[in-house]
Amino acid sequence: MSQLAISVSHLTKKYGDRRALSDANFEVPLGTICGFVGPNGSGKTTTIRMLLGLIAPTDGTARVLGENILHPEKYLPRVGAMIEGPAFYPALSGAENLRVLASLGGFPQDRVQPLLERVGLGDRGGSKYKTYSLGMKQRLGIAAALLPNPELLILDEPTNGLDPSGIHEVRELMRDLASQGTTVFVSSHLLGELEMIAEYLVMLREGEVIYTGTTAHLLESAQPILVVKPEYEIDLPRVIAIAQSNGHKSTVIDGCAHIISKEDWAAQLNRLAFEAGITLSSLTAIRPSLEETFFTLTEKTGE
Amino acid sequence: MLRSFFAESRKLRRPTLALSTLLTVAAFSVLFTSIVFLRIKTGEPNTKMGERITATELSQYFGLVYGFKLVAFFLGITALCIFASQTAQEYTFGTLRNLLVRQPARIKILVGKFLAMSLFAAIMVAFTAVMTIVTSFALAGKGGVETAQWLSGDGVKLLGETYGNVLLSTICFGALGMILGLLFRSPITAISIGVLWSLILEAILGAAIRSTLQWLPAQNMGNIAEGGSTTLSYSHSILLSLAYLGVGLAVVGFLFKRRDVAN
Repeated sequence: MSQLAISVSHLTKKYGDRRALSDANFEVPLGTICGFVGPNGSGKTTTIRMLLGLIAPTDGTARVLGENILHPEKYLPRVGAMIEGPAFYPALSGAENLRVLASLGGFPQDRVQPLLERVGLGDRGGSKYKTYSLGMKQRLGIAAALLPNPELLILDEPTNGLDPSGIHEVRELMRDLASQGTTVFVSSHLLGELEMIAEYLVMLREGEVIYTGTTAHLLESAQPILVVKPEYEIDLPRVIAIAQSNGHKSTVIDGCAHIISKEDWAAQLNRLAFEAGITLSSLTAIRPSLEETFFTLTEKTGE
Repeated sequence: MLRSFFAESRKLRRPTLALSTLLTVAAFSVLFTSIVFLRIKTGEPNTKMGERITATELSQYFGLVYGFKLVAFFLGITALCIFASQTAQEYTFGTLRNLLVRQPARIKILVGKFLAMSLFAAIMVAFTAVMTIVTSFALAGKGGVETAQWLSGDGVKLLGETYGNVLLSTICFGALGMILGLLFRSPITAISIGVLWSLILEAILGAAIRSTLQWLPAQNMGNIAEGGSTTLSYSHSILLSLAYLGVGLAVVGFLFKRRDVAN
């Protein structure tokens, strides 16, 4: 059996002349949490829809749980998904909405109530969907995705509309599922959340994959930054000049010099500043967060 | 397909839809049948197209189903609205993507939906039959109509035939609604076009050019409920309706199977 939950090869989707996804290649190992990130319109939802058999690729192919996406009936019974937010029948209760999907998928009806309880809707399952708050709708969408006891869970922005405790619960739920062997493929704009839970990342920009691999590798490969604050702000241009004369890009942000450099150059910088008569009140080496790395990678050339 | 049938049945039995539909057809059943029987003695027109039917005629075995047949076209329009709405709302609610993730065989979804809605139509037609018959018995005395022949062998046989014809007609109208729902992907548009065409445009077209009547879909589907007429044969109406619907369903079935679900 394939050790990959998702394998995408040269996948392309064109709408007229516009390429929503262009020659995408990436893999998602089984049993991991994989973050799927990219700016709005970068092709995330298009990719997810192709993986679920909702739209046909223009070119290329993909396999989900070892099966070709042209035969979604072979793998979808083992896949749970929430795409572009929850969508349910407003006049039916939350529980009845899940029963409709359970009937359609051939899943036992007695799975409904435990799932509602798992997502914190145990006492509101009988209320009509149209009376739900945005967060409750989102929870119901997650419950629906969990109906098949999925081997692969695909979630598109699952934390939209959730409060901080709801976001925390969803994060724990994903961790819990992954610990039980479920592969979670999750798109989100909350990069801080993904940084905490995603072992793998697939990053898109304008329909193209710009990074695929482990989150740790991405963060390690990102350029570290030395944040330097001189005792007197008037010395900032001189600190910048020292950095640049030693071949390090630098800029001033919020009264501090941000110098792109490895951590071990910090001592040398401190020495050079001292020799120039500058006293540093702080010198900190930081690694860019996933969000900062994301912006670096996804920013357009020339902007 | 069975799973799609049961899933759709769950949606159809929600009280807001099921009860409101039954209450509406009950109201129309009582209204139409009451007009027939209560106006017999007044001499005013008491049936469709401003015509009259007498107590003597209604005392024959077919008097039992007269009211039922009168409501048939209304049942067809109701079915058109329900089938169109239940189909197109999957697009407007965005629920189609959920359905297709749980059942990727798209044609099975359509067939299951159609069968479930047809069962709903069968219940609606049966309920209408009961309401019109009860009202007919209740008001027969007021119109001076004898009911002795109504439950004769011929009367009961005709009731069975009429139920079958009205049901077939209703399901044909429903299929038309489903076609429009899949084509326009909006309940309001599908229902507006379906009702406007069936109730108004066909009437205008038929009145302006009488030779078109035998080719108009709603006229023919309505004629099935009547069991045929002197101007339009039963078999012609069935064959023509099935041909129209067959082509329509084949086209929308193809589109439904091939179209990207991007909403």
